[in-house]
Amino acid sequence: MNINATLIGEAIWFGVFIWITMKYVWPPLAKAMADRQKLIADGLAAGERGKHELELAGKRSADALRDAKAKAAEILAAAEKRGVQMVEEAKVAAKVEADKVVAAAKAEIAQQVEQARAELRGRVAELAVAGAEQILKREVDAKAHAEMLVALKQEL
Amino acid sequence: MASGEPLTASGYIVHHLTNLTVGHGFWTLHLDSLIISGLLGLFAFLGMAKLASKATSGVPGKMQAFVEMLISFIDQQVKDTYHGKSPLVTPLAITIFVWVLLMNTMDLIPVDFVPMLLGAAGVHYFKVVPTTDPNLTFGMSLTVFTIMIVMGFKVKGFGGFMHEVFTVPFGAKMAPVNLLFRLIEDIAKPISLSLRLFGNMYAGEMVFILIALLGLWQLPLALPWALFHILIITLQAFVFMMLTIVYLSMASESHG
Repeated sequence: MNINATLIGEAIWFGVFIWITMKYVWPPLAKAMADRQKLIADGLAAGERGKHELELAGKRSADALRDAKAKAAEILAAAEKRGVQMVEEAKVAAKVEADKVVAAAKAEIAQQVEQARAELRGRVAELAVAGAEQILKREVDAKAHAEMLVALKQEL
Repeated sequence: MASGEPLTASGYIVHHLTNLTVGHGFWTLHLDSLIISGLLGLFAFLGMAKLASKATSGVPGKMQAFVEMLISFIDQQVKDTYHGKSPLVTPLAITIFVWVLLMNTMDLIPVDFVPMLLGAAGVHYFKVVPTTDPNLTFGMSLTVFTIMIVMGFKVKGFGGFMHEVFTVPFGAKMAPVNLLFRLIEDIAKPISLSLRLFGNMYAGEMVFILIALLGLWQLPLALPWALFHILIITLQAFVFMMLTIVYLSMASESHG
């Protein structure tokens, strides 16, 4: 074991390699690794955020669905109510109309009865006159007895 | 095996443990350690630098994912232990772990492979595992030691550093003892750091060489030892890195 100038030479090599490592190897690699670490951390954070947003969106869509359902039910109920109301109204209208028709018919009937009665009255008067003519066997002056006949008509 | 040497067991071992050298005395250079460690380091760190220059923060490629896994593992160790702010510690830890790991891995190349190849090319001695060279381990540990001292001064200031040297652990009244303790502690750090790595790798290499001496018996023995050695290779690289981080965190934190 002999110590000699080789020691100095090796120390120089050692120094050169330390210098290379310190200047050209370690800083870029350390930077690359730190950057990648940051990149991965950012990616994970973004993923987490995305997941959170998805959750929120799911909640929002569920809310919207629930709202829509409630609104649809509301509309359905309103429509039903309106339908019932319309039927009700139609019923009322129909009843009114029917009543009107019935009333009109009744009035017409009454009128016809009245007319028939009047006609009948005339016919009875004529018949009475004709009967009287027959009975009297003589010409009855219609004009002379008109007053009496009208009075008779009124009596019937 | 170099020509002209006697073909003995000790000759074989010594041959495998001799460095390829140039120069004389202190100015001897172990070319094998310098070349192998330099090539491995350049390969690893220039490769990582090239990859880092194209690093993307998007989906990483397989190679980038591998390197990122490695350095984020090291960075985690640093974060767990070192609580200062110096931007040097993590790159230093990465450098130590990757470089030492690669140099230790050279131990898994069969012991005769490289010497035979280079022997054919006329190079007679070649130690292929740079971490079995104490010059390398001391070069690293002394660099770590220097960084540690400088960091201590920077974080605590001259006054704070000196205060710690003279008052910890026994208080101001025992200042000389404290200084002695501190000196021993600080000298022990680089020595233990470098000798641990050197000793483990040297011993591992030695076992490989001894196994290689067994003739046919090396076949069933070399594999289990290599498998076991993978553990040591990784462990020693990790320990060197971890202790460096601990020393630096001690240098940048108050003892009390």
